[in-house]
Amino acid sequence: MAEAEREKKEKVRIYIIGREYKVPVGLTIMKAMEYAGYRFIRSCGCRGGFCGACATIYRVKGNYKLRMALACQETVEDGMYISQIPFTPAEKPIYNLEELSPSANVFLEYYPEIAKCVSCNTCTKACPQDLEVMDYVQAALRGDFQEVASLSFDCIACGLCATRCPAEIVPYNIALLARRLYGKYVMPKAKHVEERIKEIESGKFNEEIQKLMDTGLRDLKEIYEKREIEPE
Amino acid sequence: MSKLKIVRGYPEYMLETIETVENTRDRRLKETFQLMRLEEREKILKKFHPDYKKEAKRPIKVGPNKGDLMPHEVANLLEAHPLIKPEDIDLSKPDFNVDVLIIGGGGAGMTAALWANYSGMDAENILIVQKLRLGDSNSMMSQGGIQAADKSNDAPTLHYLDVLGGGHFTNDPKLAGRLVLDAPQIIKWHEDLGVMYDRESDGTMVTIHGGGTCRKRMHSARDYTGLEIVRNLKDEVINKNIPILEFTSVVELLTDENKQVAGAVLYNMETQEYHVAKAKSTILTTGGFGRLHIQGFQTTNHYGATADGIVLAYHVGAKLRDLDFVQYHPTGAAYPEQIVGLLVTEKVRGLGAQPVNKDGEQFVYPREPRDVEASAIIRECYERNNGIETPTGMRGVWLDSPMIEILQGEGTIANKLPAMLRQYKRFDIDMTQDPILVFPTLHFQNGGVIIKENTETSVQGLFAAGEVTGGTHGKNRLMGNSILDYSVFGRIAGISTAKHAKNAKIGKLTLDHVTKYEKMLKEAGVETARRAPILLPEYREEKVLSRALNIF
Repeated sequence: MAEAEREKKEKVRIYIIGREYKVPVGLTIMKAMEYAGYRFIRSCGCRGGFCGACATIYRVKGNYKLRMALACQETVEDGMYISQIPFTPAEKPIYNLEELSPSANVFLEYYPEIAKCVSCNTCTKACPQDLEVMDYVQAALRGDFQEVASLSFDCIACGLCATRCPAEIVPYNIALLARRLYGKYVMPKAKHVEERIKEIESGKFNEEIQKLMDTGLRDLKEIYEKREIEPE
Repeated sequence: MSKLKIVRGYPEYMLETIETVENTRDRRLKETFQLMRLEEREKILKKFHPDYKKEAKRPIKVGPNKGDLMPHEVANLLEAHPLIKPEDIDLSKPDFNVDVLIIGGGGAGMTAALWANYSGMDAENILIVQKLRLGDSNSMMSQGGIQAADKSNDAPTLHYLDVLGGGHFTNDPKLAGRLVLDAPQIIKWHEDLGVMYDRESDGTMVTIHGGGTCRKRMHSARDYTGLEIVRNLKDEVINKNIPILEFTSVVELLTDENKQVAGAVLYNMETQEYHVAKAKSTILTTGGFGRLHIQGFQTTNHYGATADGIVLAYHVGAKLRDLDFVQYHPTGAAYPEQIVGLLVTEKVRGLGAQPVNKDGEQFVYPREPRDVEASAIIRECYERNNGIETPTGMRGVWLDSPMIEILQGEGTIANKLPAMLRQYKRFDIDMTQDPILVFPTLHFQNGGVIIKENTETSVQGLFAAGEVTGGTHGKNRLMGNSILDYSVFGRIAGISTAKHAKNAKIGKLTLDHVTKYEKMLKEAGVETARRAPILLPEYREEKVLSRALNIF
């Protein structure tokens, strides 16, 4: 939006790390901070809700509730006290996937604190993606890999659940390990992929591709236009 | 805007046109707009695609591509002073001495690091330098999927034809050939890493069409495909103990007296301190240029997509290609204002949603190659005036997302497009019930640094992979070929540099190319205060910048 247009807009009062700024209504927290004069090095990534770099906590004046959000996805409101969490200190143990198997023990071995989960659901409330975090931590304890993988799939590892967990669990790293083991060992393999690789390795397509490379532009265009399109 | 009455997430005045879209839906479910012939494509591109605006480009005045047309935003960076002066940098005591230096920790960089390691290079001889956090990249944001011709009704040859047709037959045939032939083994590698591609219960990959494909060969993982692949790569890079420097950018490459690339000058973005990295081989995996906002377009791109790689490569004399053609994704969000320009994945059309105008009528086949589809949307909004105007004056067309639920069954959007559904829900729009408003947005750098099949650039010691390179896609990339591109060529770069490093000998480090570049600028009469690479975009308001004092 043009700057002049922004200036005409109604303003709201926000408090960036405690300091007051007036910013136009309708901006995301991220754009509001830039409007105020901040240039990000930390706490800014994809700007589209996919990377989890802009984890943010805020309170709105007059309300005791502490809220969690992604700065690129949350619209500012009047009286917002904003602070960002650019990095979450978290354990990420080193493992070799080839030597592991999908069993409940794997979590107890690498993330023993998972057994301390008191099912308080604070992690779920903290999740800006609205995932059932506690449910997948519990599923991990039961060794239900499919459930963990499915419930945690949309996790962007912003870190907010880990900062809130009273048992000091890092749910998103547990989920990452679970999904990798599930994808590698539990999901059925695609046979057609292996078959095609064998065909390619045997050189089955080399001649035909070379022929296309050697075809003149006009003929190539004709082949292209005449290729059959697989129906819906 | 604050006084506008909002209903179901939309300003009240849009409800009438939404109703029209609903009224034509039953009829449209049975009919699809016709695919364009090649001549028709050419015609619409010339008239409506932003790339064909003559005033948007100029011939570059210096360097190996002197005389080539480039968008002003790119030319501005190449006709700019390097960030550092050779005399300010002490090259006598390198802080790092490695076999391979990887510049950029997105998909291409991490893939290259892993394959260098698989090819026998010890982890400690690898260094990944990353401007933001490891994995922060366009790779992570890609939603729709990755192409691979691995089904029985498909063949790499058909994939090859699609790649060339999409690129208007301007591709480097060797790179395109490599891309399609290596695709299935990339899928297999990802499977082995644990990437959860959508599969049938017997393991068969779920695949759909993308724009310009003749077979359904788009593999995806919900609509978080990029995120799912990147987090697997990232975990693996960490597990392999590959050294990573985060929040560190590269401000200039280094050369030696034999004019081969020999590492880089690194810059800690937070402490502003420089470091010298000497390397037997260097791989550019810096991604693209979306954050240059070519022709003022909004972008789908990551915060760090500022074209650093092409600037660094150009300073050492590497040749570039096809930078005059920019990819505008046909469907960026046009409403609400908070998410304008963000990606609405092509998978939405792949699953059956049609683009329609304010009267609820189709005006283009839903899955033309991206440049053609984007041109048709621009024509509909600006020549035919059949767009829908937003409260901030932007125009867009409807993408009829509720069709997906009718065609594929209720719950499909929640299952297959959870990121999209969530994105719109955050702003009170339910895309299972109401259409969403879209307009083209700057998406991909089609061209870039010229590479050979082994990913070597025209300068010895310098390799490149991913979006920073040119040739594979020619002047227009198809959907699903960018993850594939960084995977195929990232892998080859890792293997090639592991081999290269065995015999490479680096001499005395220099920044002579910087002096030479300055001289070249002077001789070409370029007088400017611009400096490049820019490292990050500038989004602070002018009213702040105009009062900034640089005193602390």
